[in-house]
Amino acid sequence: MGWHWWPSDSAIASTTYDGRDKCANLGACTVGCAQGAKASSDITYWPHAIRAGVEVRTRCRVREISVNENDMASGVTYYDVDGNEHFQAAEVVVLACNGVGTPRILLNSVSNRFPNGLANRNGLVGKNLMFHPYASIQGIFDQPLDGYMGPGNCIWSQQFYETDRSRDFVRGFTYEITRGRGPVATALTGMFSGRIPWGEEHHQRYRELFNQITGMVAICEDLPEPHNTVSLDPELKDSDGIPAPKITYKLSDNSRRMLDYAVDRGVEILEAAGATDVMTEAPIAVGGWHLMGTTRMGVDPEHSVVNEWGRSHDVRNLFVVDGSIFVTSAGVNPTRTIQALSLYIGDTMKKRLTTLFD
Amino acid sequence: MSNEETLLASDLPLSEPQREILRTLIGSIIPASRDYDAPGADDPLIFKDILVTARSYTDMFEAGLEDIDQQAIRDHDGVGFAALSETDRRAMAEHLSRTLNPFLRTLVSITAQCYYRDDRVMQALGMEPRPPFPKGFTIEEGDWTLLEPVRRRGKLYRDVDG
Repeated sequence: MGWHWWPSDSAIASTTYDGRDKCANLGACTVGCAQGAKASSDITYWPHAIRAGVEVRTRCRVREISVNENDMASGVTYYDVDGNEHFQAAEVVVLACNGVGTPRILLNSVSNRFPNGLANRNGLVGKNLMFHPYASIQGIFDQPLDGYMGPGNCIWSQQFYETDRSRDFVRGFTYEITRGRGPVATALTGMFSGRIPWGEEHHQRYRELFNQITGMVAICEDLPEPHNTVSLDPELKDSDGIPAPKITYKLSDNSRRMLDYAVDRGVEILEAAGATDVMTEAPIAVGGWHLMGTTRMGVDPEHSVVNEWGRSHDVRNLFVVDGSIFVTSAGVNPTRTIQALSLYIGDTMKKRLTTLFD
Repeated sequence: MSNEETLLASDLPLSEPQREILRTLIGSIIPASRDYDAPGADDPLIFKDILVTARSYTDMFEAGLEDIDQQAIRDHDGVGFAALSETDRRAMAEHLSRTLNPFLRTLVSITAQCYYRDDRVMQALGMEPRPPFPKGFTIEEGDWTLLEPVRRRGKLYRDVDG
């Protein structure tokens, strides 16, 4: 069909590296790596940070960030695992709680100087929440595919990534080819879609699907819309009494049309490849709800929460290094962009140490 | 060491009558098959695995199983789910499968997870009960020439402004 496609960049370790073992192709990457080869942050970033002197306090919940009379953050109040309250003084506060947790803490940090929440003088904290609505398109083939063997990432296509005015939506999506499904995932897909029944027929119908499914998900680019928000729930609190976040989100017409288009094109290519049947779901319920956009980055203090190197416009020793600083969502998984931005902001802070609060 | 060996009777979640309802129910979801030489989900080892896995959901399971039992008692003259005739049990299971509430969705998820990770079930599917790689398997090198048409096509992304 002439579509663009490319092997997925998976950063698989081909040799032992920095505390990681060589990938042995066990293939269960998303549920954890028994080989110790997966580059999860607990074995990539944390050991380096701890060796550099960082103290990690786990199972703590921050309630609020305090601020002094100069509009500078002075520290955070948090609860430990036993519910004991502590105050940690700080010269610099860096938030990395992503698109829901970060605005939740900022909105909970109310003071005389910031009555609407910290770093929220322009009212943008919590606004423009973006997700990644996903479409799933899975073909059933009449031959063994062995797709469950090996890491899940395979190839992707950005044939429909850019805006095309001939379509009825702007922006676009990436197709991520999801190879195949192991025995448990096949059962769950089949049973929840009604294709594998309970009872005597279960075994036969299961065998009509097992090792014969492959397909893709479409990662759709949600648009930033002010009415999609994270706010504070007026009643619900967590077990430490901290007000819970409240999510207000409506799937836009643009994203809905994009999902439908992705499903239609996905069905076309799977049928062209020989699929005898195609299963679709859009948006999928169990994934793609990446959290972005709620403390957006920008040079203009009227239209953004943090500046172009992650520092709050309102509070000069407060930084944000997570998905909430995204201005657009892009039709790709966000983690590597979050990492890149975090490293960039960290480097910038280091370079500007003498003028960091100017 | 199997779950059966590690699980003490006093540690078992749910009461004995509740466990019997659960055993009957999961045997209705995935019964044993002679044709495929496969055990049912109510096989003792698989059932123990399901019990252990479901421990995080004990409250939900207690309430869900009680609802099903009460429904059976109401509709079948006081006969609980585990004591229904095979015909009545199948009919009720068929009805439940079409009305998946949160408890049943969780039950189906745990049942599928425990059933299809059982060594005997994997062997009945023609699989070896182990990861496919590496241990004696070689990974075939991909055919990188497949990328040539994509390379010839050139980039389709925009350069960053400036």
